[in-house]
Amino acid sequence: MPNIVVLVKQVPDTYSERKLNESDHTLDRESADAVLDEINERAVEEALKIKEASEGEVTVLCVGPDRATDAIRKALSMGADKAIHVSDESLHGSDMVATAKVIAAAIGRVEGVDLVIAGNEASDGRGGAVPAMLAELLGMPQLTHARQVTVDGSTVQVDRETEEGLTHLEAGLPAVISVTEKINEPRYPSFKGIMAAKKKPVETLTVADLGVDAGEVGLANAWSTVLEAAPKPPRTAGQRVDDEGDGGTKIAEYLVGQKLI
Amino acid sequence: MPAERLLPTTEAEDLIALAREIAREELAPHAAEYEEAGRFPREKFRLLGKSGLLGLPYSERWGGGEVPYEVYLQVLEEIASAWMTVGVGLSVHTMSCFALAHHGTDEQRERWLPAMLEGDLLGAYALSETHAGSDAAALSTRARRDGDSYVVTGTKAWTTHGGEADFYTTMVRTSDRTTDDTGGISCLLVDADTPGLSAAAPERKMGLTGSTTAQMIFEDARVAADRLIGAEGDGLRIALASLSSGRLGIAACSVGLAQAALDEALAYARERRQFGQPIIQFQGIEFLLADMAAAIESARAMYLDAARRRDRGLPFHRQASIAKLVATDAAMKVTTDAVQVLGGAGYTRDFPVERYMREAKVPQIFEGTNQIQRIVIARELRKA
Ligand SMILES: Cc1cc2nc3c(=O)[nH]c(=O)nc-3n(C[C@H](O)[C@H](O)[C@H](O)COP(=O)(O)OP(=O)(O)OC[C@H]3O[C@@H](n4cnc5c(N)ncnc54)[C@H](O)[C@@H]3O)c2cc1C
Repeated sequence: MPNIVVLVKQVPDTYSERKLNESDHTLDRESADAVLDEINERAVEEALKIKEASEGEVTVLCVGPDRATDAIRKALSMGADKAIHVSDESLHGSDMVATAKVIAAAIGRVEGVDLVIAGNEASDGRGGAVPAMLAELLGMPQLTHARQVTVDGSTVQVDRETEEGLTHLEAGLPAVISVTEKINEPRYPSFKGIMAAKKKPVETLTVADLGVDAGEVGLANAWSTVLEAAPKPPRTAGQRVDDEGDGGTKIAEYLVGQKLI
Repeated sequence: MPAERLLPTTEAEDLIALAREIAREELAPHAAEYEEAGRFPREKFRLLGKSGLLGLPYSERWGGGEVPYEVYLQVLEEIASAWMTVGVGLSVHTMSCFALAHHGTDEQRERWLPAMLEGDLLGAYALSETHAGSDAAALSTRARRDGDSYVVTGTKAWTTHGGEADFYTTMVRTSDRTTDDTGGISCLLVDADTPGLSAAAPERKMGLTGSTTAQMIFEDARVAADRLIGAEGDGLRIALASLSSGRLGIAACSVGLAQAALDEALAYARERRQFGQPIIQFQGIEFLLADMAAAIESARAMYLDAARRRDRGLPFHRQASIAKLVATDAAMKVTTDAVQVLGGAGYTRDFPVERYMREAKVPQIFEGTNQIQRIVIARELRKA
């Protein structure tokens, strides 16, 4: 009966145009629709599957501004049992290390955690290091980039897939897992789930509640600084070739020209 | 550009978000292909069922969502905006549950309604016949009582989901036409597996080609007498009450369709350049787009007004007819103008607007033609 914490993040919808703030190069969260990150939907799905196979409880943990409650509700309407929302103005602009510390402190408030499941990287920041940092802070084994997860009693096995290849990992619980896009297809919430989510407990905490030093978080205390940012150049028209029986050759020539093959 | 909506609750917002997500990811990408192939998307309705969207406006006691009509219709609009066939199908399914939900006994509702509202069954509503269209009371499909069952003979026409549905809310004649035109019609909830019931080959339509429309043939089909909804002779009243609410569904679908056409036209007008500038810069195009937006938003306001009246238990028949008339005419005009904005491209099947234009025609015809809506509106005016 594993007790699972799933990390979820609210991100700008990848369908809308995403921008950075001009002043401090942090994400402009107001300019785009905010949604639960798809990779987190997969993390929630995986947690729910494990829970459905052997009961247990799923807690969603979200660090983010007030309006991240929408993302939390989505996870709850998919079927998670309860949520912790860390919301604090002072967190604005926090780097990955600070974020991992806050998450670790929040996880400390959930009793008897067996598994922490995260997405391998958020679709906005794309740092992809929080799960590993978190494992380090919690003193738990890290099984990242999972495309398959099997929980068996007190151990967990993971097929880890990266560009280097496939690795099979096994660790004792508790452990931190991060999942890739290949892990599963997340379910849609149902209307019943939406109604049920209303009644599920959401605990809202500040940095002070967690006993984290305010001097360790926020933009001013970040170890990394963004000096410059430029929007993605507009897509160009591309090159059009007509297939006069030699389409294949032309494509091959183009790819060779681009040094792609 | 998603419609800006004022929704009454957070759950309603989450429900709309769910509808948009399903529309964007599961419906829109497949619409053109299915419509071109004339293929009915049965599995999409199963997904709607699984998501709890097949029984939204009905009582929770029977497995419905108990959401206000105001909210249900906006869900419908979002679905129709991605794929008209699925929007209309959802509206027809919802209408086909009305008779049992509002006129069935508790025993009947307990027995059949949950599977219709929270399962993944698909419904159909069979009123029209070849010679009884606008004059629905002229229907002649006969149900003769024989022991514990009715023996049904005749042919229903134009049945949406004909041959695909799991149940048919069917209006039949149980006694001869009376002088006041309303008597003699009864409502049967017919199971698709009833021996003697079969579907004719689907109609070959101008649009909405993914949605099956077929005649349903009853050849001495035996329907258990406990499947009579309401009393004998209540059928026409039940049918018309179903249609009043159904019309609001058609209005919402038409607004969704028109919105899709406007979105397409807007995107094209921003990109397409002539005479050295995007065509959206020409007042001739800009005014066309402004009129499209005005037509859509006023039609949306109209169906929402009617829905809010219904939600408060106020009379809404005149408003429902006005909403159906205004919204379907708006959809016809907006989709036609969308083709105009796209020019030659709009006339090809490489862009969806020609399909939208073909799809917009039928809402002016079904669930009471727009002439019939005017008759209803005028009758209400006379009464006032
Ligand atoms: C795609 C599609 C799906 C349908 N789905 C269903 C369904 O699921 N269930 C169902 O029962 N039916 C369904 N119908 C039938 C639909 O409701 C009828 O087609 C409609 O009611 C009109 O009837 P009709 O076609 O016989 O036209 P008619 O009644 O013959 O009308 C022909 C013309 O005369 C006009 N007219 C008729 N009477 C008057 C009058 N008194 N004053 C002024 N003008 C008048 C009409 O407005 C129309 O323009 C569907 C139809 C279509 C095309």
